[in-house]
Amino acid sequence: MSDVVIRAENLGKKYTIGHQAVSGRYLALRDVVVENARTFWRKTSDLIRGKDIVQGTTLEEVWALRDVNFEVQRGEAMGIIGRNGAGKTTLLKILSRITESSAGRVTIKGRVASLLEVGTGFHPELTGRENIYLNGAILGMTRAEIKRKFDEIVAFAEVEKFLDTPVKRYSSGMYVRLAFAVAAHLEPEILLVDEVLAVGDAEFQKKCLGKMGEVAKEGRTVLFVSHQMGSIKGLCPKAIWLNDGHIQNAGIASEIIGAYLRGNSDLVRAERLWQAGDAPGDQSIRLLAVRLCQPPGSLSNLIDITEPMEIEVEISIISKSIDVNITLEVTAQDGNTVLVTCDLFAKNYQERSPGRWSSVCYLPAHTLNTGIYYLSAYGDIPNVQVLFREYNVLSWRVEATDQLMNRYGMDQWPGVIGPGAAKWRMNRCN
Amino acid sequence: MIIKPKSSTDQEPILVLEPGRTEKNYWADIWSFRELFLILAWRDLSVRYKQTIIGIIWAIIRPFLTMVVFTVIFGRLAKLPSDGSVPYALLIFAGMLPWYLFSSVLSEASNSLIDNANLISKVYFPRLIVPTATVITALVDFMISLVILLGLMATYHFAPGWNMLLLPLFIFLAVLASLGPGLWASALNVKYRDFRYVIPFMVQFGMYISPVGFSSNVIPEQWRLLYHLNPMVGIIDGFRWCILDGESPIYWPGFLLSLVVVTFFLWLGISQFRKMEKTFADLI
Repeated sequence: MSDVVIRAENLGKKYTIGHQAVSGRYLALRDVVVENARTFWRKTSDLIRGKDIVQGTTLEEVWALRDVNFEVQRGEAMGIIGRNGAGKTTLLKILSRITESSAGRVTIKGRVASLLEVGTGFHPELTGRENIYLNGAILGMTRAEIKRKFDEIVAFAEVEKFLDTPVKRYSSGMYVRLAFAVAAHLEPEILLVDEVLAVGDAEFQKKCLGKMGEVAKEGRTVLFVSHQMGSIKGLCPKAIWLNDGHIQNAGIASEIIGAYLRGNSDLVRAERLWQAGDAPGDQSIRLLAVRLCQPPGSLSNLIDITEPMEIEVEISIISKSIDVNITLEVTAQDGNTVLVTCDLFAKNYQERSPGRWSSVCYLPAHTLNTGIYYLSAYGDIPNVQVLFREYNVLSWRVEATDQLMNRYGMDQWPGVIGPGAAKWRMNRCN
Repeated sequence: MIIKPKSSTDQEPILVLEPGRTEKNYWADIWSFRELFLILAWRDLSVRYKQTIIGIIWAIIRPFLTMVVFTVIFGRLAKLPSDGSVPYALLIFAGMLPWYLFSSVLSEASNSLIDNANLISKVYFPRLIVPTATVITALVDFMISLVILLGLMATYHFAPGWNMLLLPLFIFLAVLASLGPGLWASALNVKYRDFRYVIPFMVQFGMYISPVGFSSNVIPEQWRLLYHLNPMVGIIDGFRWCILDGESPIYWPGFLLSLVVVTFFLWLGISQFRKMEKTFADLI
């Protein structure tokens, strides 16, 4: 028998929002008076009828969630992805009982703890020690539970020396570390987490992710909202894609994430296309498209370090054959050049006749270390003529899904070349 | 969430969330969060006088100075009569104790939800905990004032009688009397911020329509029962009866009426609070 711990049926959440009417540039005093009188009348009648007061001149009902159905099995880690305003946080708020749904029903089995923010209820005047107890209690831990885990929490947060200092004297890094440390030691059966891992420095983020991974492995049910596709992929085998308050797609995390990234123009695109009119180049050549692919043939700008990737540049040769050379430059986030290469290295390099051509650059797995990279594409006839120079046309992120890289809780290895690019072997010498 | 699961997994609590569904385990749920109640109360207490110079002395100065001013105005200038042979300062202080308890619970409870908006919108816990936790701070201030009262009684050589033993009962009544309107106001405050301005005004106003600066015996006989519609009249009379050793007798019909009003407001406050609490996170 399947063991469903969260079941949502036709879940919906409606908000009434007010809009301030956009008025002309000049507003007569008379209009202001009339408008205020009208709002006052509306508010008063709302008050009498016991309705909520909404600021604004016109009202609109918005469904933040609509007809959401899903099930989560015991011990499952489920990622929730979607653009801002897609209803992810609203969903978590309903599940954690912070707010009530407007339609549908949810059935939950087990003790729920939610983490919508780290450091909820931290009081600046209280010391680190006091805040651990306060925050723990707010998150639903008992005093005995906190006492038992106190040392562990302090060690995790690395704030031993400042335990008896008011947290208002903490650096923001220390504050966040302490806040997360408390949250990380929650032990509910069901944990709802919203985008809270995006705090602290990179190193601490990795530590947090590692901790979340442990939680998921211990067989607890986790619902995890994040914009970092890498974290979702790393933590959750399954994912739900919310779009405009309804479920766009649900299933295997990597597939859902792939579909989401492809269908989402908000993220940096994995493909850059130019219209004929404004394509870079001149009368002899035009740059048509630059694409990032992984696996080969499918667009993606979220690159798995353990898989090879391809960069494809498509050009159109217009009138006569030319000896054009396509160069790619990859820069890291700090602006340093990581790689410059050109299709002169192609085994079948040739002069191109008029028509559409593409040059594909294959980068083996582990070539680039985790991080964000930017691509510039250049076209020229070597030593003769510059045809186009397009800087930072695309960017992508290399994510560590490598078990080895995660092994010591250190996803971000130093260096620009992936640690897995080096091939090792061991020999016994005696 | 409601009850921690027992050892076997099929004993797990099943929680059903539906719009408009009333909580079956409402009170049990609150009980399971009792530690949070204590911690919130402790937080309010420990930050209350942080970064002040004289700290807890504030809790002594405020009622003491009010007592002095009232004694001068009502006792000396207006020459209002005291109860029996009781010194006027004692009469006022005995009336001020419950009044300060009532007014600080009412005003702090009514602002408590808004002051803890970040908690309400980010974490679930029974919302009733927040306004009720303010009672603890008010009670601590009350205890400090009680010490002043004892000092004052010693100064006037006024020995308390056995009535004093019933004081805890009246303290409890004063808390209940303030919680009713306090809960209601705290919930309304989330929805309509107007109450932020209404409550301080009502507290100020209430101090003069309640028998704080004078004895309720100065009220003409035919209005006395009506006067007890203000529940604080009965409670203040009760306090004076306990502390002043029967020098100020309780007017029983009025006291019972006050009890009815207290109960009504408590019921009203809790039911209104429960009606609105599920929307707090959306409105705050």
